[in-house]
Amino acid sequence: MSAVHAPTHDHGHDDHHAHKPSGIMRWVASTNHKDIGTMYLWFSFAMFLVGGVMALIIRSELFQPGLQIVKPEFFNSMTTYHGLIMVFGAIMPAFVGFANWLIPMQIGAPDMAFPRMNNLSFWLLPPAALLLIAAQFAPGGGAGVGWTLYAPLSTQAGPAMDLTIFAIHILGMSSIMGSINIITTILNMRAPGMGLMKMPLFCWTWLITAYLLVAVMPVLAGAVTMTLTDRHFGTHFFNAAGGGDPVLYQHIFWFFGHPEVYIIAIPAFGVVSQVIPAFSRKPLFGYASMVYATASIAILSFMVWAHHMYTAGMPVEAQLYFMYATVLIAIPTGVKVFNWVATMWKGSLTFETPMLFALGFLFLFTLGGFTGLVLSIVPVDIQLHDTYYVVAHFHYVMVAGALFSAFAGIYFWLPKWTGRMYNETLGKWHFWLSLVFFNVTFFVQHFLGLAGMPRRIPDYSLQFAEFNMISSIGAFGFGLSQLLFLYIVIKCITSGEKAADRQWEGADSLEWTHLPSPAPWHSFETPPVVK
Amino acid sequence: MGNKGFKKWAAAGAMFFWSVAAWAEYKLNLQIPQTQLGEKIYDLHTIITVICFVIFVGVFGFMFYAVFKHRKSVGHKAAQFHENTAVEVAWTLIPAVILIALAVPATGTLITMRDTSEPDLTIKATGYQWKWGYDYLKGEGEGISFYSMLSTPRAQIDGSDVAGRNANPHYLLETDTHVVVPVGKKVRILTTAADVIHAWWVPALAVKQDAVPGFIRDTWFKAEKAGIYRGQCAELCGKEHGFMPIVVEVMEPAAYTAWVAAQQKKVAAAKVDPDKTWTLDELKEHGGKVYAQNCVACHQATGMGVPGAFPALSGSKVVTGPKAEQIKLVLNGKQGTAMNAFKHLSDVDLAAALTYTRNSWNNKTGEAVVPADVKALR
Repeated sequence: MSAVHAPTHDHGHDDHHAHKPSGIMRWVASTNHKDIGTMYLWFSFAMFLVGGVMALIIRSELFQPGLQIVKPEFFNSMTTYHGLIMVFGAIMPAFVGFANWLIPMQIGAPDMAFPRMNNLSFWLLPPAALLLIAAQFAPGGGAGVGWTLYAPLSTQAGPAMDLTIFAIHILGMSSIMGSINIITTILNMRAPGMGLMKMPLFCWTWLITAYLLVAVMPVLAGAVTMTLTDRHFGTHFFNAAGGGDPVLYQHIFWFFGHPEVYIIAIPAFGVVSQVIPAFSRKPLFGYASMVYATASIAILSFMVWAHHMYTAGMPVEAQLYFMYATVLIAIPTGVKVFNWVATMWKGSLTFETPMLFALGFLFLFTLGGFTGLVLSIVPVDIQLHDTYYVVAHFHYVMVAGALFSAFAGIYFWLPKWTGRMYNETLGKWHFWLSLVFFNVTFFVQHFLGLAGMPRRIPDYSLQFAEFNMISSIGAFGFGLSQLLFLYIVIKCITSGEKAADRQWEGADSLEWTHLPSPAPWHSFETPPVVK
Repeated sequence: MGNKGFKKWAAAGAMFFWSVAAWAEYKLNLQIPQTQLGEKIYDLHTIITVICFVIFVGVFGFMFYAVFKHRKSVGHKAAQFHENTAVEVAWTLIPAVILIALAVPATGTLITMRDTSEPDLTIKATGYQWKWGYDYLKGEGEGISFYSMLSTPRAQIDGSDVAGRNANPHYLLETDTHVVVPVGKKVRILTTAADVIHAWWVPALAVKQDAVPGFIRDTWFKAEKAGIYRGQCAELCGKEHGFMPIVVEVMEPAAYTAWVAAQQKKVAAAKVDPDKTWTLDELKEHGGKVYAQNCVACHQATGMGVPGAFPALSGSKVVTGPKAEQIKLVLNGKQGTAMNAFKHLSDVDLAAALTYTRNSWNNKTGEAVVPADVKALR
């Protein structure tokens, strides 16, 4: 599709509809799900680098005991914005990018249901990111309150906190619009014959995730708005002196925060559920039970929020309830893991980069799940709460879980998106470097937490020195390995070998079976018929 | 995998266990518990971790078997089976049974943990930005009250005394005063805070409880052995969060009684005559100490604050302006900023600190704030 020759074009006349606007306007005004998906993915990678630099500042300061590089208040700001940017700027938009690219192609739809809203939900992200970055330069520096923004620390923070609150409002609007779009697209725009229980699992996981987002983003917006009015308009939601309760904030935040964990994890499950069967050359072992397990996890995720607050103070009966409800999540999560392993069983396995990342995900995410089970037991959690054990636990889930799955997805679909193949050798290098350095960084943090190192401290006593040094070395290795990823992707786009339409012989969803590589700018204008 | 492959893996396994043994000097597990409850928690953690490890090895044993045996490169053809009700029911029910088996001991331990009734000694721990205050409320030692602050020298932290830091076994885990308790007695700790949420945590005693401003929470421990146990604030509470440790000293009963007597004597000796007339120099000297304990973290020893975050006092209009305004600000704090209310300090301490700020650095008001001024505005 070329729009190069238009010098004699009459500008008073509308261009042909199939032609896309050229230059920057192609992106600014885009209503094309593929272009918007691309923008989401590049945006999230840029945020991944910003959040990564923040992580490296944290790990540099923690390289050895004492305060060497940054002041404690700046350190606190780094931990805060590292978390916010990675969660809201990197991981969530990455999976929305996947959703944009893949859902219409996988269900045989021409585009998303609301293309203009799709444009808006992407273009809300850069201003929000700018607010988060601008917060670093507010008087007094960034708000060093932790990504959870607990009151009343957040009510006494400087103006950076207000920028952060507005950023969260905007990010929330973007997520809600994106979710409405995804739900509507999946429910209304499936090709004839594409029943719900025939959809690729990736679509199912996003359908469930989108409902979670619509349910909980307003809750977070409420929590930060209450913080805002406490700060400036004399309310006392979280101030005991005025009849409020600081712990109320935590209840509201985690009512959002726990489903948020699954908002990140469930699309990751979806990607892995596409990749593992493709490279096992064997259908997913239990499609229906995967759908039910995903839905169960989503429903349970609304009922367990206070397991983040075992030390905050609540009646023992409530602690018992939240403990029992939390361990229940292990059952559907186990079902998923068993399903993936059973899918591989007696398959015909090959180990290209997407499969390697999917297996890395499976192995390490399960490890993170097990430490989650350890943390769900109240008496044990009381020892481990707010220590590096928790830091290790959620990085196994977020990095080795969500991020590895995103890498698996990108290597898997790059040939379809660009029409070119990435360099398999370099891809494998990227995987092994990431795997090794990830574990060097985070495995030792379990020991730090067990031995009693609290999280979010810029300096520590000497018995923690060795493991912190190892962790910092790992973090730099991990960070640098991601530059290799950038190189691989750019090289693939510019000079990769031509990819086949069905690059992976085991891949059987519509985008592989019905569309050429690269997928044309407009696909499925006439819906395919699914048998 | 041939015999050779097996040997390679065995060698790798041996290397792994050797390296674990070589690392034994590093802390790889929870601190050694000093209470019976702590031991229960320690055992609970061990049991869960072992169960998880066994399941992990089992599941990934299957996976790695498939990875090695069912790969295309060894010519394995894909079977096309899927769905098997019996298998799916089994892998739902078996984990459920294991989880119930775990929940039972956890429930018992939790119920014991939360039973704070009939304590021998009750101590209130109050979190401040950034120190702990302790009030002995009930039991032997009733009425004792003190603050406890980090005693590691700043020079060791900021790197001007690295040798001192490396020679300090309790770097960042030492305080000027210890929370002293008797051995073998049930000690109930009430936690609260004056400004933001803190958390009172001593790993060896297996207690961690958030200190929430405006609310009282409680926890308890009964130490089995005399000794000194160290912990830290566990909830992010602002810039000095990493610098407000907790040191609990467990004493034999006789030593504890002696400590209580000495403390009470100290309290009596330190009692200041409320009608005493203070000179400017006396106030300034005492005020310097109060400033160092309460104000210096934000406003700095130079009085210059931290630009953008914490205002300078040197040359400040509030500090050099009318006394009453400054007193009110310090008594009530400033809503929406890190400036907390300092009502908990005595009239003498507040008057002295204010006098110090009005007559230090570039501030030369020559005015003294006397305790009566503070009292009048409370």
